[in-house]
Formats: sequence, C-alpha cells, structure tokens
Amino acid sequence: MTMLLLLFIFVMAIFLGLELIGKVPSQLHTPLMSGSNAISGISIVGALAATQIHGTFGTVLAVCAVAFATINVVGGYLVTDRMLAMFKTGKKD
Amino acid sequence: MTTVINLAYIVASILFIYGLKMLGRVETARRGNMVSAIGMLLAIVATLLLGGLDYVWIIVGLVVGGAIGWWAAAAIKMTQMPEMVALFNGSGGLASMLVGWVEYLRNPHPGVVTSIAIFFAVLVGAVAFTGSVIAWGKLSEVMPGKPLLFRGQQPVNALIVGGAVVLGIIFIITPPTTYPLLLAVIGLSLILGVLAVIPIGGADMPIVISLMNSYSGIAGMAAGFVIQNNVLIVAGTLVGASGLILTQVMCKAMNRSLANVLFSGFGAVSTAGSMKVEGEVKPITAEDAYYILEAASSVIFVPGYGMAVAQAQHAVKELADLLEHNGAEVRYAIHPVAGRMPGHMNVLLAEANVPYEQLVEPEDVNPTMEMVDVAVVIGANDVVNPAAREDESSPLYGMPIINVDHARTTFVLKRSMNPGFSGVDNPLFFKPNTRMLFGDAKTSISTLVSEFKEAVAA
Repeated sequence: MTMLLLLFIFVMAIFLGLELIGKVPSQLHTPLMSGSNAISGISIVGALAATQIHGTFGTVLAVCAVAFATINVVGGYLVTDRMLAMFKTGKKD
Repeated sequence: MTTVINLAYIVASILFIYGLKMLGRVETARRGNMVSAIGMLLAIVATLLLGGLDYVWIIVGLVVGGAIGWWAAAAIKMTQMPEMVALFNGSGGLASMLVGWVEYLRNPHPGVVTSIAIFFAVLVGAVAFTGSVIAWGKLSEVMPGKPLLFRGQQPVNALIVGGAVVLGIIFIITPPTTYPLLLAVIGLSLILGVLAVIPIGGADMPIVISLMNSYSGIAGMAAGFVIQNNVLIVAGTLVGASGLILTQVMCKAMNRSLANVLFSGFGAVSTAGSMKVEGEVKPITAEDAYYILEAASSVIFVPGYGMAVAQAQHAVKELADLLEHNGAEVRYAIHPVAGRMPGHMNVLLAEANVPYEQLVEPEDVNPTMEMVDVAVVIGANDVVNPAAREDESSPLYGMPIINVDHARTTFVLKRSMNPGFSGVDNPLFFKPNTRMLFGDAKTSISTLVSEFKEAVAA
C-alpha cells in the first residue's frame, strides 16, 4: 500500500513538474537548470539516512554519498544565486 | 517523531514547488531559488532528527562537501558555468547511485519493488555521474569537443544496455544472492554514461546538459522509492520533468529529435551540402568597421560560443553603450542553443550588466531584420548559417536561425575561416553584404571601442 501511495505521489509530481516549467523565458534557462540541479541534491536525505548502516565499507559509501550530495546542494544554490544576482532591468541603472 | 519529520517533508516539497515556479519569472527568480534552498535546509534538518544516524561522519561529509561546493561556486568564472553545472549535476547523480548501493547493503533482502527501485537508482545515477563528467571534460576542453566515434559503437552500446537490463532483471528476481550482479550493473552503467556522451559534439552540449540534469532528478526519484521517502520522489520528479522540458526546448531550437542528437554523432562525418558556396570572402579592418557602425542607427549583436571563449561580453557591452550614446538602437539576438548550455549567452550578458529588455529572441527579430543597419556576429556560426534555410542537403537544414544575412550589413567576428562545431560550411561568409573581421573577438571589439573613443576625443 505504501508503494502505491508513493506511486500516486510520483505520477502527480510528473504532471506538476510539466505544468510548472511549461513557459519559462529563455533568458532564465540557465538559472532554472542550475536551480533545479540543486534540488536534485535532495538525495542528501537518502544519504543522511544511509549512515544508519553498520560496517566500515557501508559507512564509507554513505559518507561519500553525503559529501557528493552536499557539493550538489551547496554549489548548486550558490551558483544559481550568483547568476540571478546579475540579472537586472535597465530601469534600475 | 516520524510524523513531525514527514510533515516537514511535505512543507519542504511545497517550498520546492513554489521555488521552481518563482524561478520561471525574472522578477521573482532569485527569491525562488532561496525559497527552494530553505526547503532543502528543512528537509536536511528533519532527516537529522531520525534516530541512529552516524552524526560524526555526517558532519565530516557535510563539511567536506559544503566546503568544496562553496569554493567551486564562488571561484568559478561565468564563462565556465556550463562545465560547473555539469560537475554539480554529476555529484548529485553519484550520490543517488551510492544511496541505492548502501540501501542494498543495509537490507540485502529487498522486495521486488525495492529491487526495481535500487536497479534504477544505480543505473540512472551512474549514467548521470559519468555522463556529466564526460560533458565537463568536453566543455572545459580537457577532452576534445569533437564527437568521438569508433567502429561498432552502437552495437557495443546496445550490448551494454542489454547486459545491464538482463543483469538487472536477474537481480530483481533474486536479490539476496546476487550482490555481484548489482556491482556488475553499477560497472556497466558507469561505462554506459561515458559511451553515451563521447559521440556527442560540443555544439549539442546544451541538450546533453539538460538531459543529464533530468537524469539526476530521475535518479533521486528512484532513490526515493528505495527508501520510501516522499520528498525525494517529489523533488526528484520535478527536476526530472523540468530537465525533460528543457531538453525538448533545446531539440526544437535545433530542429532535431532527441534520438538524432544522442545517436547520430552529428558533425563527425563531414556531410558537406551539395550547394556550391559562391562568392568571395571580404575582410574588413576595424577602422572601416567603425565608420559603418558610426553611421548605423540600428545594430544587432548576435553572440555565440566564441564570445564566451574570448570573454568578450564586457567589451561588447562597452561598445553597445557607445553606440547607444551615438544614437543607435542596440539589441542582442539570442539563439536558444547559442553557447554550451541553455541560456548561456543570457548569463554572460547579464554579467556585463546588459539589461534583459535588450535581449530578443530570433522569431521576434527576424521579421524586421531588413531594417537593421548592422548585425554583428560574435563567435556564432551554426545559428546564423543561411544553409539552414536554403540548402536542403545541409545537415543544419530546417533549424531555425537568426537571419543576419538579411541585415543591410553583417560583420562576422571570427578567429579564422574554420567551420563551426558542426563542421558545416557557412555560406553567410560569402554573401555580398558580409564583412569578415578576423581576429580575437575581444581584441576586435576593444579596437572598435577605442576608435569610438578617439573620435569623441578628437
């Protein structure tokens, strides 16, 4: 039953995703890409939970997962913010 | 406690959705990114409330990863943005792959559904990882940007995909006894990511990056099914869907199907069009170019990857300011696939403080191109190639382009007469109203800038 519920959430999220991103002006393509890329670092949640494992090898894998996911999250959000900070309109100049 | 954690996940999902929605408008984009970052923070904090975590090692992982990510984001130049995004993306894919792997080690007796999820998480995560690393190699020119093809490449790829799927099915049916199978799937998937991206040329990188972005989302989603976690599924799926849409937009801008991009090794074979390129190339000096620009009342800049390589965006903005001061209307025509990632040119011009109102899309500028006095093509090639309109045998035929050849005069700033990334000859260079300004784009533009300044001083 849990799996069916998750499947339901998944299907809804597909439609939501397609609706959300439908009409984005092309000048925002890069920030959208790197911003959504940062969101894909959500696997950090799985990586954190994975440290519950016992055993050296498993712990090494889990810690690597945490580190790589963190690179994705921190780097992704910061770089997106840096880019968006540069987007200005002519009126403010 | 589980209830609190799950409620926090729901709030985090809402923040991601809002954040993504706000990223779609210029006015709200920056706040949108922060909203989504807050969602991420919330999801992380909630997860830390789970019992039994190895907090010492978590801190090590967070500090190391955070430091690397922070340093990379702060140090990167805007021109290197495509390869940086590729690397971040690759690390996300790798993380999802590792999560799938560890979950198998934690519970070597998963049910069928979980096994399927583990299989997808490691497969897609591994492909996103090595594929992104190869994309990084091509973009940063550590590797040659040209498509790398070898004999029998497609059968080999098909064999690897088939092998991974067969091993995966056996793994799914009998997970407890088949740990080596999982390792084999991981190995094959890592190789597959490499082989899938090496035949794709540099000019197709915007498509590859958006596709890899989508894959890393899908891998996260699959990892969500492995650990039965709703926020992973929602966030991963949103990214997967947005990546696919971007991929589609890019393909449309090149008038090619995704399959064509992925499998054709475009540009590796020199498929020169049958149309005879006639006329002669007419070079122009910066001084003569200045006189034409000085008299122009409408100027359009068409930037391409060459502008990024030459880092000419600030010089271009300076020239544009002088032209405006001289009474000319200045606009920038941006082709969706100019550069090496979606929106690449927009980011560079934004860095140079170009207001985004001056950026126009090809379909808006093409109908009035006859009224433009000078179109200045800066390191763009395929996106202004008239063969896409005129020569049915050209590999570019049908791709929507910016019709700079319809402008009264066209300057093409170029280092040499080499064809663009696609390897296709460009008849634009031979048109009667085209003038070639050879040399490094930044130097050429700077020369024009100083010509203007001298004229004002004199």
